[in-house]
Amino acid sequence: MIRPVEPGSLLILIPALNEAASIGQVVQECRAVMGAAPILVIDDCSRDSTALVARRAGAEVMRLPHHLGLGGAVQAGYKLAFELGYDYVIRIDGDGQHDPAGIPKILAALRQGGVEMVIGSRFSGHAGEHTSLARAIGIRFFRLLLWPILGQKVHDPTSGFVGVGRPALALFSNTFPLEYPEIEALVVLQRKAFRFIEIPCRMRPRRSGRSSITTLKSFYYIIHVLLGVFVNILKYEGPRRRS
Amino acid sequence: MDRLLNLMTGFSILLIATVLASLRRAHIRVEYSVSWLGAGVLLLALSQWHGLLDHMADFLGVSYPPAVLLFVILGIGFLVFYRFSMILSALKDSNVALAQRVAILEFELRSMDRQPHE
Repeated sequence: MIRPVEPGSLLILIPALNEAASIGQVVQECRAVMGAAPILVIDDCSRDSTALVARRAGAEVMRLPHHLGLGGAVQAGYKLAFELGYDYVIRIDGDGQHDPAGIPKILAALRQGGVEMVIGSRFSGHAGEHTSLARAIGIRFFRLLLWPILGQKVHDPTSGFVGVGRPALALFSNTFPLEYPEIEALVVLQRKAFRFIEIPCRMRPRRSGRSSITTLKSFYYIIHVLLGVFVNILKYEGPRRRS
Repeated sequence: MDRLLNLMTGFSILLIATVLASLRRAHIRVEYSVSWLGAGVLLLALSQWHGLLDHMADFLGVSYPPAVLLFVILGIGFLVFYRFSMILSALKDSNVALAQRVAILEFELRSMDRQPHE
């Protein structure tokens, strides 16, 4: 059973939707990099054989009863990890864009302490690897928007390659955006005065499929995330932990 | 004007009757019928109580009182739809939490099944 065996245990979390073509290799790469660390794939009701391929590659699979979207899938994994007692969870995408070689660096940064979340960034230390023009423009827009809100510059706010410690795990188990969660999650953390850093990680082109954010959806994405950011600012409750 | 108000009276009675029939057959829950019943009663009162409609038209500076009735219908519609948006949002939150809980429990059950019996 997928249970932490020692203090400071790590769970690798892979949300997946129709990633049968790439999920097997992602799981194997994670296994090669992190050895015995448990890997949990959250299958968000894929129509293909994602769950089967992931199991054959050596991952545990938690299948959602119906499609919840990225945020709902990730939060389900966070809830399970928190309830089982994991101290660290590192989320990596199932399409192969995130190089699992970055996992040890993210884990080391989390274990070093002082931060509740570590973002694997395609820009911090690199020159903007493997991203479309539209996404690059979006990233720059949100980077500028978030700078005064977060009080720090986040080079890659849309990165889904993130590691969280137990305090952030507890927070995200209760509050996590359902759609397009990456940017809103930063604001949720900031409102609780949790700290986060970016470390450079290599990104690769996706191995298969297409991004769920099409040109038309990108407008909806921007409006949705903008609204989510400001709603989270308005939701702010209680004094800040950090002075 | 009278024809429009009579039409509105008929519509109000039809709305109230439909909601009551739906309640009787359990097609709608009591808590969600209140908005529609309230709207039906208000429209019925306004369509029958001409004095109130005239007062409202004077207050709003509208020269044609039935226009106030349309304004009220629009307002009620917005309020009811907004209330339903709130209910839908709460239902979605509950649904997501429930789906996540089902997934976690199912996952733990499967994990226990795979463990060797001691």
